[in-house]
Amino acid sequence: MAGHGYSARVMDHYLNPRNVGSFDPGDSHVGTAMVGSPALGQVLKLQIRLRDATIEDACFRAFGCGSAIAAGSLATVWLKGRSIDEALSIQGQDFVRELELPPVKAHCAMLAEDAIRAAVADYTQKQR
Amino acid sequence: MPASPPVYLDYSATTPVDERVLRAMLPWLSQRFGNPASSSHVYGWDAEDAVERARGQVAALVGADPREIVWTSGATESDNLAIKGVAEFHRERGRYIVTVATEHKAVLDPCHELQRRGFEVTVLPVAANGLLDPEVLRAALRPDTILASVMLVNNEIGVVQDIAALAAICHERGVLFHSDAAQATGKVAIDARAMDVDLMSFSAHKTYGPKGVGALYVRRKPRVRLTAQMHGGGHERGLRSGTLPTHQIVGMGEAFALAAQEFQVETARVRALRDRLWAGLRDIPDVFLNGDMDQRVAHNLNISVAHVEGEALIMAMPELAVSSGSACTSASLEPSHVLRALGRSDPLAHSSLRLSLGRYTTEAEVDRTIEVLRTQIERLRRISPLWEMHEQGHGIEAAAWAGAGES
Repeated sequence: MAGHGYSARVMDHYLNPRNVGSFDPGDSHVGTAMVGSPALGQVLKLQIRLRDATIEDACFRAFGCGSAIAAGSLATVWLKGRSIDEALSIQGQDFVRELELPPVKAHCAMLAEDAIRAAVADYTQKQR
Repeated sequence: MPASPPVYLDYSATTPVDERVLRAMLPWLSQRFGNPASSSHVYGWDAEDAVERARGQVAALVGADPREIVWTSGATESDNLAIKGVAEFHRERGRYIVTVATEHKAVLDPCHELQRRGFEVTVLPVAANGLLDPEVLRAALRPDTILASVMLVNNEIGVVQDIAALAAICHERGVLFHSDAAQATGKVAIDARAMDVDLMSFSAHKTYGPKGVGALYVRRKPRVRLTAQMHGGGHERGLRSGTLPTHQIVGMGEAFALAAQEFQVETARVRALRDRLWAGLRDIPDVFLNGDMDQRVAHNLNISVAHVEGEALIMAMPELAVSSGSACTSASLEPSHVLRALGRSDPLAHSSLRLSLGRYTTEAEVDRTIEVLRTQIERLRRISPLWEMHEQGHGIEAAAWAGAGES
């Protein structure tokens, strides 16, 4: 009965979230995203740190259902070691597939995609 | 599947059938299977006697005459029969109905259906503690008001409305008064006559009886007129056709008789456990109680755990069976309409947890619940960006929400 309706992958990321934490948002090598809304019951904070055009580290925090937390965790795993372009190629549908999210949880996948784009945008902004 | 069954703290959703109730029901499914409407042989008479005995038991718990009890399939049907039945019968007298924002959907939805049929409905607000101010009701009544519907005990936050005062205001203006008491039987003293209600809905399965049976109290003096919503063999004096499910009805009768017997002792025991539960949780920072603590049933605790989402919290606790006002699974993403009606902010409504105790709850289960909740709240707060901001002294309202408009 545990986690009824949730895939094993969601449960895994939810119970053992990877890369929970925070980087200094003032660091010029760090891109920070805060997406979603408390009123809608989900907020995802995602941060990336770059070295030589590569995402060397990523971390997250999430307020939301188990699927939202799992999507944030999975995003950090996928982002590490990627270039900016590779990061931007990650789509919401990739999260839906990997986490086997049902249609009512598709918004959690979109939240993760939004967070990646916002974190990259923040980092890019800082490089100007 | 956890090794042992989860601790059940969702008695407001439903209760197990009491063993004594089950034993009383069983003969009426096999040897004593007669149709209570069969008036030509002993099988029918036997079943009819059982149905009438149960009618007496239900009437006794709620301060009614047995002739004022109409069997239905549950509180939802009772609410529908009361609201639509009154509206249809009295539509030439007026087409205005008043109800409350914290009502169950079984009241709100029939009212919305009546709106589609040309009635006007006003949904009254409640105070921050969940209670309806009688003066707010008084001010809402108009000459064309035919019915007001206010629940006795709220299903989410467990607050108890002052039904007698509300009914009195309605009767000054010649307005009929209905109350959904599905959550109240065995939890608060009910006296339909003293409360002066015209119609009252009951359910068996919230009070250790079977699912699929309920009753509607329809006052006789003065007689309350309503139009039947189910037509057929003219059962229940024409108000609700359909063969009576003897075993279910016997179960409801037995369950209500037990509730009457055990009310005092059980309420005191459950209250002590609920207070123990709250005492074990209330010192957690930023945990808020939803609904009035004094004018409230003994078995309900409804809390908001700030900065943690309710569904995530429940998912973290497979060893507990509880419910949340979060609506993360619904497409609308709208949290509980009851908590919103209290003026709770949406984030706090998303962070709510309903813990409802009952006949079989033990002290050990309460202690286990406290331990599990404290552990998981701490774990999820460590993950929560809202908790991090809170710790750093930033209000979540102050933050700029990238992408908030699109979500």
